[in-house]
Amino acid sequence: MTTEVDDLKFRDPEAAEELAADIEAQMARIDEPVEIMHVCGSHEQVIAKFGLRSMLPADLSITMGPGCPVCVTNMPEVDEAVALAEAGKTVATYGDMFRVPGTVKSLADAKSEGASVEVVYSASDAVDLAAENPDEDVVFFATGFETTAAPTAAVLQADPPENFYVLSAHKYVPPAMEVVAEMPDTDVDAFLAAGHAATITGYGLFEEFTDEYDLPVVVGGFEPLDVLYGVRRILEFIEAGESGLDNAYPRGVSREGNVAAMGAIDEVFERTSGEWRGIAEIPEANFVLRDDYAAHSARRQFDVEAVDGAGDPLTEECICGNIMAGTASPKECDLFGEECTPSNPVGACMVSDEGTCKIALEYGGQPDL
Amino acid sequence: MSDETVTVAHGSGAGKTREFIEDRICSRFADAGGDPDLAVGLGALDDGAVHDLGDQSVVVTTDSHVVSPLSFPGGDIGRLAVAGTVNDLAVMGATDPLSLTCSLVVEAGTSLDLLEEILDSMQAACEEAGCAITTGDTKVMGSGEIDGIVINTTGVGVLPRGEHVPDAGLSPGDKLVLSGPVGDHGITLLAEREGFDIDGDLTSDVAPINDIVDAALDTGTVTAMKDPTRGGLATALNEMVRKADIGATVDETAIPVRESVAAAGELLGIDPFDVANEGKVVFGVDAADAEAVVEAIRSTQRGSDAAVIGEVTADNAGRVVLDTGFGRRYLSEPEGEQLPRIC
Repeated sequence: MTTEVDDLKFRDPEAAEELAADIEAQMARIDEPVEIMHVCGSHEQVIAKFGLRSMLPADLSITMGPGCPVCVTNMPEVDEAVALAEAGKTVATYGDMFRVPGTVKSLADAKSEGASVEVVYSASDAVDLAAENPDEDVVFFATGFETTAAPTAAVLQADPPENFYVLSAHKYVPPAMEVVAEMPDTDVDAFLAAGHAATITGYGLFEEFTDEYDLPVVVGGFEPLDVLYGVRRILEFIEAGESGLDNAYPRGVSREGNVAAMGAIDEVFERTSGEWRGIAEIPEANFVLRDDYAAHSARRQFDVEAVDGAGDPLTEECICGNIMAGTASPKECDLFGEECTPSNPVGACMVSDEGTCKIALEYGGQPDL
Repeated sequence: MSDETVTVAHGSGAGKTREFIEDRICSRFADAGGDPDLAVGLGALDDGAVHDLGDQSVVVTTDSHVVSPLSFPGGDIGRLAVAGTVNDLAVMGATDPLSLTCSLVVEAGTSLDLLEEILDSMQAACEEAGCAITTGDTKVMGSGEIDGIVINTTGVGVLPRGEHVPDAGLSPGDKLVLSGPVGDHGITLLAEREGFDIDGDLTSDVAPINDIVDAALDTGTVTAMKDPTRGGLATALNEMVRKADIGATVDETAIPVRESVAAAGELLGIDPFDVANEGKVVFGVDAADAEAVVEAIRSTQRGSDAAVIGEVTADNAGRVVLDTGFGRRYLSEPEGEQLPRIC
């Protein structure tokens, strides 16, 4: 084993071959199937784009868990945003959320019917929109994990205009890993944790998780070599029969994380139990605004009415939930690439660039070679 | 009756466009299948039609051009309208265009200076391609009735070598040759629309490439040709293998992509293989001639980065396998409109 974490160059196929050879030797020694779950759409993208699975032995599987923030946003949360838009508010949101179907319609549908929906690139763009339109109520439909929760917290701390409101659908990843680890039909042997989210939370918080669930966790980066290195590190733990924790992304992640960002999140949000789309009710995984910020809370300030009307019957056939829990793959879905495509998505996994189904379609899958 | 409407995705160049064209449009026109002089007709869905007229064969092709913005780094809609049609003739084998039409539809309120600039640019592109606008038509629409300027050009050419080259002619063992870097046009336009200011000077590759095709045809046995416009290299390669019912393996590290295009593509979340080129050709070439054809293309003005990018295979019929330099995956066709990633 020659390649070490400090040597990781971007996109060096030779180093990748070396790591793949190490992994093959490790798997031969372990001599039984291993399933590693990652929880980040960006990991899935790099794995699919570079065809990394084809470099790995057949008995080593790498599956994507609940790592797409757009995908786990619950349908009633989308419905709330749609209802606010239809009630005359200006709803600002990230582009990925725009076409995610709610029970009856998406924000894109609402916009095409005349509602005011704006795509923004950041929370501060949404604040600017409110400042430029003082006569309108601007609701920022705030989605994403710790990485986008932190900037939402920051704009709320910075005394935004009175007509700026937040509809928070922010979510916190670590409790979801616990839920997946406890699912009866998961065979996950280890987690490759998401480097992006860990830049905020730090990797130290996974210590408790590895102890409690007796599973190795390695925080990984997003270049092909980062992923292969992380996998090799995980197999070292498995081979040694340990449930260790390591940071394979030291150029981005520290043990403590971004203390200021975590402080802002804690000050602005509290965590409550909530449903993640298609997966389960997850304890302490939804970020909602604390009482101090009630004046900017869309849920507190406006009556959000329930959506009338029946949903798309195809939704019943969508297996996004199982796919996000890592217990099914897109190929097992009858709708995949047929009734469900990025331009006409049934489930959220086909909408977002972080979604398992969209990635599987975009990068064409892995040939049987 | 149905309440379905035409959507942007119907015109994006990928799978949905193919279905739209085959099932909704072409199926309504008789293919003139009984005409013994029609060597290539509508049903072939090739880049143009070929009529055999005794000792000469004539190729006809047409294309309507819309682009936003009308002027962009490296060209404008006028240059695009000439290059697009000249190149469609060229990839059928008609490298010496005989006649080009210019049908203009202009929105009231369009700047006359801009219009004249665009027409001058058409003339300049014609001179590069060695052809002339020989007839045309002009319509003015009310403000808001169309978006700026639409230009249709129809091209007529003869086949100097007597034979046309189909896009479906690949056979196992052929090498795939690409005339230069991909993604320039599509990434430049997307970056322009997003207001991206990237130091790497992005420029569209829009240009007539009949000289490149001439060089290749003069040098070796070319089995198939296609210009990878809408839907990009990924769509062109998939179309070529699907039509020939064979497979291909492509080496990603051999495909030329400019650094600035690759960088902008990563920022925008758009793969340079999935977006339009307006001055490139993919060739299927008999393996024995591949190196000579690459050398011949490299000696042309715009062919200096030509390369062998892959090989046609008997297995994996209808699919393109991409060797990423790391592992392997299928190269899929882009689905729907390519929109920049937002979050």
